[in-house]
Amino acid sequence: MAVEHPSYTMAELMVAASAREIADGEVVFVGMRLPLLGFLLAKSTHAADATGIFELGIIRDTATSEPILTMGDLPNLCRARWLSDTADVMALLQQGLVDVGFIGGAQVDRFGNLNTSYIGGCERPETRLPGSGGACDLASLAGRHIIIMTHEKRRFVPRVDYLTSPGYGDGGGWRRRVGLPRGGPAAVITTLGIFRFDRESGEMVLSSLHPGVTVEDVLANTGWELRIAPAVTTTPSPTEAELAVLRRFDPQAFWTGS
Amino acid sequence: MSSSKLYNLADAIERFVPHGCTVAMGTCQESLIPFAAGHEIMRQAKRDLTLVGTISDMLFDQIIGAGCVRTVRASWVGNVITGSCYNFRRAVEGGSLEQEDHSNLTLTMALRAGAMGVPFMPTRTALGSDLFKTNPGLKTIACPFTGDILCAVAAIAPDTAIIHVQRADEYGNAHLWGNLGVTREACLASRHIIITAEEIVSPDVIGSDPNRVITPGFKVSAVAHVPWGGHPSPVPGYYNRDHGAFLDYRNSSKTSADFARWRARWVDTVHGSGDYPALLGEERMASLALRNHVWSEAADYGC
Repeated sequence: MAVEHPSYTMAELMVAASAREIADGEVVFVGMRLPLLGFLLAKSTHAADATGIFELGIIRDTATSEPILTMGDLPNLCRARWLSDTADVMALLQQGLVDVGFIGGAQVDRFGNLNTSYIGGCERPETRLPGSGGACDLASLAGRHIIIMTHEKRRFVPRVDYLTSPGYGDGGGWRRRVGLPRGGPAAVITTLGIFRFDRESGEMVLSSLHPGVTVEDVLANTGWELRIAPAVTTTPSPTEAELAVLRRFDPQAFWTGS
Repeated sequence: MSSSKLYNLADAIERFVPHGCTVAMGTCQESLIPFAAGHEIMRQAKRDLTLVGTISDMLFDQIIGAGCVRTVRASWVGNVITGSCYNFRRAVEGGSLEQEDHSNLTLTMALRAGAMGVPFMPTRTALGSDLFKTNPGLKTIACPFTGDILCAVAAIAPDTAIIHVQRADEYGNAHLWGNLGVTREACLASRHIIITAEEIVSPDVIGSDPNRVITPGFKVSAVAHVPWGGHPSPVPGYYNRDHGAFLDYRNSSKTSADFARWRARWVDTVHGSGDYPALLGEERMASLALRNHVWSEAADYGC
C-alpha cells in the first residue's frame, strides 16, 4: 500500500509529480481539486510561462496572490487574463490549442478509460458519482491528459463500469475510429506510482514507483495483469522548494494533508 | 421604457417556476449560484422539476433533497470541495431520479442550440464515451461536408433560467461580471428569466456599460432584490466563497434526517429578503467581505 514519509505527504508527492508533467510555455486546462495546486506549483517553479485555462471561463497566466480552494474563488478571477464564457474556453480546447489537462477519477482501466459517473453500471448503480464535469471534454480534446487518483484494486479494473472520459478505448487505433481528433492519457499518477501508456497498444505500463513502494505492491492493487516498463524508475521526492510553494498555497493542508 | 419587473422573490418563483417546468440554474458554475432562489423553490415545494446546469455545486443536491425534482440534465452534481453529494446519491441509487448525463461542453452546446433556435449543435467531444447510453440527446452523425464523425447535441430550451447578478435595474437590465459560464446561452435559450440581484440600481448605471449586460432586458420576466442571494458561492465585487458552509453541508446531508435539520435551519426560517443576512450574522458576513478592492478602469462609450 501507499508508503508515507516523514517529510512530506502522499498528496504533496502526487501534486509535485503532476506539476512536473507541465512544460514551460504550455497551455494547461486546469481541473478542480489537486490539479489547482499542481498548476500553481508549476507556475511558481519550472513553468513560469504556462497559461492556465479553467472551465468556468477563466484564463490566467500568473499564480493567484493568495491560496484558493476552488477555481471560482475570487483570487483566481482577480487579474485574470480573460474572463469569458465556458463556450469560449471549450472552443480553444476543441480547436486543439490546449497542450495538457488534468483530471481525477474513481475508476480507471488498462486502456486509461475513466469512470466518474456510476459504480456498478448505469442500470442499477451501486454508487452514483458526480459525473463528467469537464473531464470528458479534456480527455476527448486536449493534446494529452494526466489522471490523478488513489491506487486501489477496486479502482484499477480491467474495464470501467461506465466510460465517462475516453482513454484509449479498447486499444490502439480506437480513438481515431470513434472520431476523437487527438489526445489520450499520457500518465496516471497514483498513490503508488506513475503509469504511462504504450504508444501502439494504448495499454497502461508501470513506469515509476513512489519511494518505498514495490512492484508487488502495485500488482496486488491492480485488477489486471499490468505491464511493467523495462526500467522502472523511482518517483523523485518533492524538493524543499516545491514543498515550500505547496505549503504557501495550501497552508491548512486542505488538499495535501495526510 | 417598459413597466417595472420588480417582484419579491416568492412571487417571482410562484409565477415563473410552475410545477413540472424546466429550470436552468447555477450557470456561472461555481460562482453567482442563485442559492436564495433555489431555497424559495424548496419552500414552495415545487414538484416534478427538470434541473439544467453544468456544475451546480451543492444547490441541485438541496433541491433534489426537498423532493422537487424529477429529472436532472447536468454534467456534474456534487459539492466542489468535498465531492459526492448525498441527496443526489440517495435519489439516483433509490431509483427516484431521472438523469441525462452531459459533459460541460455537451451541455453548453445543448443550451447554445436552444439559444440559436436550431435543433442541435455539433461537437467533437464525448465520442466513444458512455454518455451516449445515459443521454438520448446525444447522437453520432457524419458531417455533411467532411464526413467526420461528430457528436450531435440536442437543443435544450428551458422554461426558466434563474441567474444571480451583482446589479440590475427594475426593467431587467443587469450587469454580471466575473467568469460567465453558460449564463448567456442559458438566458437566450430560456422562455423566462428570473434575475436575483445584490443591488437594484438606476437604468443609467446599467446603460453606462452595455458590454457588461448579461442578456437583453426585454427577455427578462422578473427582477428580485436579494442581497446575499448567492451565498455561500462567491459573488465578485461583493463577497468571497464561504468554504465553511460547503464543508458543513457535507456532514449536514449524510442522512435524510440530517438534511431535514439542515433545511429547517437554513431554508425554512427565511421568509423575507432580510431574513437570510440576519441568519448569517454580522460576524460571518464580515469574514466574507472583500479584503481589498481592485477596480477596473472606466471605458469611454462617448461619441
